[in-house]
Amino acid sequence: MNRALTTLTLSVNGAAHALPVAPGRRLSEVLREDLGLRGTKVGCDAGDCGACTVLLDGAPVCACLTPVAQVAGRAVTTIEATREPDALQRAFLRHGAAQCGICTPGMLMTARALLARNPHPTRAEAAAALGGVLCRCTGYTRIIDAVCDVNGDDAPAPAGAVGAVGAPLPRLDGLPKVTGAEVFGADHCPEGAFLVRAIRAPDAPVWFTFGDLAGWAAREGVQVFTAADIPGENRFGVIPSFADQPALAERHARLRGEAVALVAGEASVIESLDLDRFPVEWALMSECDVHAPRPDNLLIIGRVRRGDADAALESAAHVVEGSAETPYIEHAYIEPEAGAAWMEGDTLVIQACTQAPVMDRDSTAAVLGLPRERVRIIPAAAGGGFGSKLDLSLQPLIGLVTLSTGRPARMIYSRGESMASTTKRHPAKMRAAIGADETGRITGMRFQGAFNTGAYASWGPTVAGRVPVHASGPYFIPHYHAEADARHSHSAISGAFRGFGVPQAAILQETLFDDLAQQCGIDRLKFRRLNALQSGQATVCGQEVQGVGISACLDALTRPWADALARAEAANAGGGAWRHGVGVASCWYGCGNTGLPNPSTIRVGITPEGALRLHQGATDIGQGSNTVITQICAEALGLPVDQFSLIGPDTALTPDCGKTSASRQTYVTGKAALQAGAALRAAILTLGNMGPDARITLAGSTLLMRDGAGERRVDLRDIAPDANGYAIAAEETYDPPTTPLDADGQGIPYAVYGYGAQIAEVAVDATLGTVKVTRMTAAHDLGRVINPQLAEGQVQGGIAQGLGMALMEEFIPGRTENLHDYLIPTTGDMPLIETIFIEEPDPEGPLGAKGLGEHVLIPTAPAILNAIRHATGARITTLPALPHRVLAAIRAAR
Amino acid sequence: MQTPGYYRPETMTEALDILARGPVTLAAGCTDLFAATGARALPGPVLDITGVDALRCATRDADGVHIGAATTWSDLVAADLPPAFDMLKQAAVEVGSLQIQNAATLAGNICNASPAADGAPCLLALDAEVELASASGARRMPLAAFVTGPRQTALAPGEMVTGLHVPADATRGISRFEKLGARRYLVISIAMVAARLVIEQGRIAGAAIAVGACSAVAVRLTALEAALIGAPADARLAAVVTDALIRPALAPIDDIRADAAYRMDAAAELVRRALAELVAGS
Repeated sequence: MNRALTTLTLSVNGAAHALPVAPGRRLSEVLREDLGLRGTKVGCDAGDCGACTVLLDGAPVCACLTPVAQVAGRAVTTIEATREPDALQRAFLRHGAAQCGICTPGMLMTARALLARNPHPTRAEAAAALGGVLCRCTGYTRIIDAVCDVNGDDAPAPAGAVGAVGAPLPRLDGLPKVTGAEVFGADHCPEGAFLVRAIRAPDAPVWFTFGDLAGWAAREGVQVFTAADIPGENRFGVIPSFADQPALAERHARLRGEAVALVAGEASVIESLDLDRFPVEWALMSECDVHAPRPDNLLIIGRVRRGDADAALESAAHVVEGSAETPYIEHAYIEPEAGAAWMEGDTLVIQACTQAPVMDRDSTAAVLGLPRERVRIIPAAAGGGFGSKLDLSLQPLIGLVTLSTGRPARMIYSRGESMASTTKRHPAKMRAAIGADETGRITGMRFQGAFNTGAYASWGPTVAGRVPVHASGPYFIPHYHAEADARHSHSAISGAFRGFGVPQAAILQETLFDDLAQQCGIDRLKFRRLNALQSGQATVCGQEVQGVGISACLDALTRPWADALARAEAANAGGGAWRHGVGVASCWYGCGNTGLPNPSTIRVGITPEGALRLHQGATDIGQGSNTVITQICAEALGLPVDQFSLIGPDTALTPDCGKTSASRQTYVTGKAALQAGAALRAAILTLGNMGPDARITLAGSTLLMRDGAGERRVDLRDIAPDANGYAIAAEETYDPPTTPLDADGQGIPYAVYGYGAQIAEVAVDATLGTVKVTRMTAAHDLGRVINPQLAEGQVQGGIAQGLGMALMEEFIPGRTENLHDYLIPTTGDMPLIETIFIEEPDPEGPLGAKGLGEHVLIPTAPAILNAIRHATGARITTLPALPHRVLAAIRAAR
Repeated sequence: MQTPGYYRPETMTEALDILARGPVTLAAGCTDLFAATGARALPGPVLDITGVDALRCATRDADGVHIGAATTWSDLVAADLPPAFDMLKQAAVEVGSLQIQNAATLAGNICNASPAADGAPCLLALDAEVELASASGARRMPLAAFVTGPRQTALAPGEMVTGLHVPADATRGISRFEKLGARRYLVISIAMVAARLVIEQGRIAGAAIAVGACSAVAVRLTALEAALIGAPADARLAAVVTDALIRPALAPIDDIRADAAYRMDAAAELVRRALAELVAGS
């Protein structure tokens, strides 16, 4: 290891810095750790993601690949160069180009270099220039919009308007995302923090034995922690009754990448430590059940049974059968897990990336043997989550170090650690049969899914429960029998990933629907419309649903469908290797927990000084809940959005808003926000003895109420503040009215569902098997569109992930633990996306609103597969549809 | 800069002197070196050649074209070079991303010796020679001899690559590069083809065709090249391009990106497409 230092003079953003550094140190490290310029992000340390892009003499380079010696005498420009947002940053805000914000600095720097040489780029030029920066949230559309509209109209956003629901407000938390000031998990370094690294199993299952830990630690000047040091119960899990995962493995590791020990010490020492010399010996175990109390590795079976599916299929006029197999899918957020811990008095504070602060608090407290109130979780800005950051990762690890040493502790996963050790989408092997009568009405369906849940339970029970409920799609199916089992393997942990197993099931169901439509001789869109679930009909769970928007979505696609078919036909008329095709698929998705309590609590109050504060505990991982929840609350209260200041999320400051998962925040937390806003409004009007239609204004410490009859003023300073410091406040809890499912899956699993359907248009190179998705038309029923800009961003980002799932993504433990072997879409892979929003109000949702986050991904992959089939006849049953698989399928179809 | 463990000389003499003192890791763009380590700093000792200005050039003279060892892919794209180099420029903009192209060097691409190196087939089809130097002298060898296997080269201890030389005769003709990957940008190739044709009086007078990512190292399709000589440079050329002239030269493997059978088919198809494009445009 090269530890010799030299003094280099760097020019960063026009300022000269003379620094003692190792000349071979990554520029990204020098900027972030030595100069404190943490606006430059690190996503992979390998040049695969572009998040660390800075300009070197005006040209974009990856700071993670640049030895600092090479920048001496050259001009380095980082995101911090502009103190006030410039035209490009404002364009990013205006267009909603930043969601989580982790790729934003790299995108902005890359775009700056483009705009310097080409001030008016075309979309294709912008896409080409930005091809080296990965984004997992946005689908790139709005980023390219912003770059191409850098000098566009900068009209102020209508945040001052009362009744902000429905307005395309730029996200309220957007500014720090475009200036680089946002604090992600790796961006907070408490004074004197120990750096922590984990020793991880190289294979699984393995026994391990430690050598002389104390001697090694003393020689290296570090501290070592193992499972033996854990003061509480060394077991956690997102579902308490299935908790089975140790924070540090005891005696044997069940998956490659599982942490078995921690090394902590001064950053300079830890950085240059050779962990290959850590005293541990590994011995491969023979295969056995992963958890002894779960024979045959069976974790759970989920089941929904209604009517007699076997009899219905036997008597059906048309029956189709098929199977599909999907791989592990990696979330591939650009921010690897990171965070810091420190003590505040006797409270352990953890600031780390998360989607579920209260669950983190409770689980970390249990592992560390602390009462809950002695753990405080402050969610760092999450650089993408998509489900994986629901589970604990480093929280108990840095917590253990801080609790044991009294020193702050900091840990940043490498890309490889992140990919090996955190949860994935469940690999699935599925079979199904679907039957229809002579008129094309579906009479029965049977579905069987085997889901590999990996080494630990995580969200396996949720996936096994959700899949049978949703495998029907948003269709009326009177006779139905679906089962899904989750089984363990000594492999990567499968957990939550946007859709909890439903995207996998939809791939089989929606591709079989194309077969069935063809057998019935009915146009594929019409076939779906014919069978679409209607309000008042019973789902496969026997739940009579209202506000069902799938028919409206399919109707909205009628014209785009005809246009798309005509385009494909015209394009195919000329012959050639490229064959064009069109596919459609639908989705539905129940919002929130399946038949389980799922409350959110919102507090809103006004201080005697007139500060209007919303305690918003829903973690915004880029999807926009900070903005949407505020819009809903503002609408109910009748005060403008821009008068609100947001508190939290922070387990010490915000009531529990549950986890950011299952498309529940707009619906569940939104409803709590609606009720809290309404309650505060009622309290204010009571104070002024005004009627319900009075207009409220907040000016300084004065509340002004006015209606046709007159006006009242209330001076908030005259009111004694409550325990939280508010002159007037409201707190409301909302829990969806669901019922547990019985043994046949009958009941009310969700109170609100969202619906959607998408058309994919593809071009397939029939000689090489490559697929280009040219256009997606997405119709989604949101019940009520709270913020069209953010909603569109969800659609575009979901389509990007669905496209990746269809065409390129496959996680192979030990093989694709990086972002050059694990491929996610780049700017150049994205189609034109047209979004159609349907508002079929839900009687239960806030202002009629439904969830959207997971829905958007579900139809994309099956629509693309159906389009490939339409173009070439190729039936892809093993995903992803890599070129060699597509070509083989094309040949098989001939 | 001469810090123990990290050397960044400004002259070749200094560089060769450091090289003679003991083993070092040769570094230029560092895009492969950093990607291969989780360390915060390059493990030393390192000899960083990017301070030697003389190594950063892409120049043309009567002997041919010389590309210095510190020349980046972006430098190459900006260089004034004849159409025979079009394929190399087309490959240049497919190497990783713009960020990578601004740092990574052609020489590094060759020294890293990945079977999927985007530069390799083009440089093979340009008959490129690798220029090597050590304290005891200089030598030059054909690229095909320099890259001896996956991640293996003929670089001797105490020796460094100083540049790539394309002989004048190989700077003739028109050229094209075809790359196949599972996504548009920032992708490791499943297969790639570089083709250079010299066309005289409507017929093929010279052909240099190489395939990458379909064998342990990129290879020239010599049988096909020989068969093409004298063939008409128009749509009739397709009849000459048979699988029998392509497949025996290749030995693709199954990996996560594609299976071997597909690679074989794809390589042949890419060869056909590259040649068809070249004669159509000629």
